[in-house]
Amino acid sequence: MSSYPGQEGLRTPLKVARGWGSSKTGVHHWWVQRVTAIALVPLSIWFLFVLGGMLHAADYAAVVAMVAQPVQAILLIVFTVCMFWHGALGLQVIIEDYVHTRWLEVTLAIALRFGAFLGALASVMAVLALWLNGAG
Amino acid sequence: MPNTRPLSPHLGVYRWRVNMLQSTLHRLTGLFLCLGALLVAWALIAATNEGAWSVFASFWTGWIGEILLFLWLWSLWYHLCNGIQHLVRDAGRGYGPANRDRAHDPSYWSTGWMILAVSVALTVLVWVLLALRIAGGGA
Repeated sequence: MSSYPGQEGLRTPLKVARGWGSSKTGVHHWWVQRVTAIALVPLSIWFLFVLGGMLHAADYAAVVAMVAQPVQAILLIVFTVCMFWHGALGLQVIIEDYVHTRWLEVTLAIALRFGAFLGALASVMAVLALWLNGAG
Repeated sequence: MPNTRPLSPHLGVYRWRVNMLQSTLHRLTGLFLCLGALLVAWALIAATNEGAWSVFASFWTGWIGEILLFLWLWSLWYHLCNGIQHLVRDAGRGYGPANRDRAHDPSYWSTGWMILAVSVALTVLVWVLLALRIAGGGA
């Protein structure tokens, strides 16, 4: 038998792997949560001032003008996608922690995915509409 | 094979420390910020239409809207500051049994209070900055 990482004596790979937890998508979840968190640090601070400016803009044309620029529009798209992604990952953990009825847990997790996807898509479409109409 | 991995003892056996408050607030502010994500989407969708935007802006510049926005602002700052601590400790810096010993590394626990204080200070700072900018007419 060839050796493998973590081998001790005559233990089989199965014996070594048991007890270390599941091998599903936890690592990916963990990494995406951190990467979106890092992106959201500058983006969310920047967005505070965008939203503040939009809410107190002199007129509607000024609101559109705040979004309808390439840099603003692209950053808003990145921000909203990261925001919904990060939020969905966090809510997923909350569901997994507190919902102990398996069918309800899965149903909520799927509904959460749908909702986050719709929210992100609607935000991106709105920014594109403002950007492309505002520039045209 | 029965699972012989240790189970967590009940929460009540632990002495209260600030990280318990930090953890609870991180989750609560995260939950609240998820509602804020819907508000962001709503804002962007409303901005595509003049009538919808005026309804949106008039509510969120009213006093109920302003109070909610203030709470969202603090939630964001708290979640952001505490999240940075998470990232630092995820990277392994200042993390481990030795750091949790108050005598060895007192900053391990005082950071929690600093995060709370800084989040409140930044909330007030941004609120004042925005108010000044709006009052100055430069939207």
